[in-house]
Amino acid sequence: MKQQNNRIDVLHRRYVASLRKEKRYVRFYQLLIFVAFFALWEAASHYRWVDPLLFSSPSAIWALFIKKLADGSLLVHSSVTLFETVLGFVLGTLLGTCLATLLWWFPRFSKIADPYLVILNAMPKVALGPILIVALGPSFSSIIAMGTVISVIITTIVVYTSFREVDPNYLKVLQTFGASRFQCFKEAVLPASFPTIISTLKVNVGLSWVGVIVGEFLVSKQGLGYMIIYGFQVFQFTLVLLSLLIIAFLATVMYQIVAFIEKKLIKNR
Amino acid sequence: MMSFLVVHRISHTYFTEKTAITALDNVSLSIEKGEFVSFLGPSGCGKTTLLSIIASLIQPTEGTVMLEGEKIHSIHPSVGYMLQQDYLFPWKTIQENLFLGLKIMGIDTAERRKNALSLLERIGLQGTEHYYPQQLSGGMRQRAALVRTLATDPKILLLDEPFSALDYQTKLKLEELVWQTLKDYGKTALLVTHDIGEAIAMSDRIFLFSAKPGRLVRTFLVPGELRQLSPLDARKHPLFSELFQFLWKELDSLETAK
Ligand SMILES: Nc1ncnc2c1ncn2[C@@H]1O[C@H](COP(=O)(O)OP(=O)(O)O)[C@@H](O)[C@H]1O
Ligand SMILES: [Mg+2]
Repeated sequence: MKQQNNRIDVLHRRYVASLRKEKRYVRFYQLLIFVAFFALWEAASHYRWVDPLLFSSPSAIWALFIKKLADGSLLVHSSVTLFETVLGFVLGTLLGTCLATLLWWFPRFSKIADPYLVILNAMPKVALGPILIVALGPSFSSIIAMGTVISVIITTIVVYTSFREVDPNYLKVLQTFGASRFQCFKEAVLPASFPTIISTLKVNVGLSWVGVIVGEFLVSKQGLGYMIIYGFQVFQFTLVLLSLLIIAFLATVMYQIVAFIEKKLIKNR
Repeated sequence: MMSFLVVHRISHTYFTEKTAITALDNVSLSIEKGEFVSFLGPSGCGKTTLLSIIASLIQPTEGTVMLEGEKIHSIHPSVGYMLQQDYLFPWKTIQENLFLGLKIMGIDTAERRKNALSLLERIGLQGTEHYYPQQLSGGMRQRAALVRTLATDPKILLLDEPFSALDYQTKLKLEELVWQTLKDYGKTALLVTHDIGEAIAMSDRIFLFSAKPGRLVRTFLVPGELRQLSPLDARKHPLFSELFQFLWKELDSLETAK
């Protein structure tokens, strides 16, 4: 018996070790690709395999990064964009969920609204940019509006669909206790749809970045989107690429935060 | 003196764009206080529909339901309903699930909570209060669902094939437990089943239904000897198999009559 247990212990340890080995292997190659990419870029630019004016180089970007960090302008632009994106993303998700609630609450309204939702969803929302800027003024409010508009319709559709797909037997249980429509919503429909709402959060992170960057292109006052447009206009592609890398970094961090929240919130399903 | 529950000339038709399905045709029956009755019949004969009508979850096309001499029009706190599957809310702990009915009805007092928890203990689920439903087995979950239904202290319990999703052994044990619990608390119960043995073992009276359209064909009184016995003991009694054969033939003749 004891021997048997020992044997299983050994096998288990061996299994865990193999898992770890696999993980290290994957990490190693991920890191290798990262390093190789930047090294190759640097070399390509240095030996003029590509036009350094257009593609810049990691060292030039790094130097610019340090410089902009020192004079404080990078922090301002990044935080402006981040603020607009987070707000646009939160507003888009909240508004979309509220609209979905309205559709669920008034089934007839949802039938009437259906074709319009399809049209609004199909329309490229960034095309609304100029109108928003004229309506709300060329300030951060119109940029936030862009970040919101771009995600609100798809959120509405996805969340409403999940509201409707809640197993009617849960509602039946509540109805046998005499639950009101509000109680049905609060106790069954909303909690059952939490996983869907969280997963739309993930999609909306990406969408809001698109909306906000395009908004900053148009308004052209501040932010990482402005930095891209400015760099493009004065033909300073190092600046463009620096902004791009920062956007990629921030968007990834935001996505990871949402993924973390998702894991915390829906651990019991 | 009027019976505890009276179902009077109930008919129900489901309408869709293309069809009109008559699920129940002119069903009348009455149930006394403290009685345990079963609705037995093939699937599709309208048992669930009738239960939903008694619980006021749907309004019948025709007919009335009376509880203690009063017509019921809307969901009634004296009627408890238990579904085929447990439908415990997976995001709530067992305890939160148990208190759900109390919360919805606005009768969430410390005393009722205490009663619900002691009922949970009585039914053999002590220590599971803070578990989530998916941590329990199917039989345990169905037991928890029973406690959730009983927590609001209904006078009559409607059970819609509550054991049909369980394996045979669990089912026998649960029949025993539910029967004993309902007897102890003096509840009136109405069990829907398509299992002849279950109907005989558990009930005092059996209503036999035929399908398409759903009609009440006959009513059987289970002999006194069997009624006294708990479901497991009843299954061992010689009268049990006799009645089983008899009901089997009845059900069979209903099907071949088509
Ligand atoms: N919501 C519904 N819409 C249309 N037809 C239904 C609906 N519910 C049940 N039926 C029909 O009514 C009949 C009786 O159903 P049901 O009461 O569920 O029977 P049972 O519970 O005895 O199996 C069946 O023929 C079924 O197809
Ligand atoms: Mg049924």
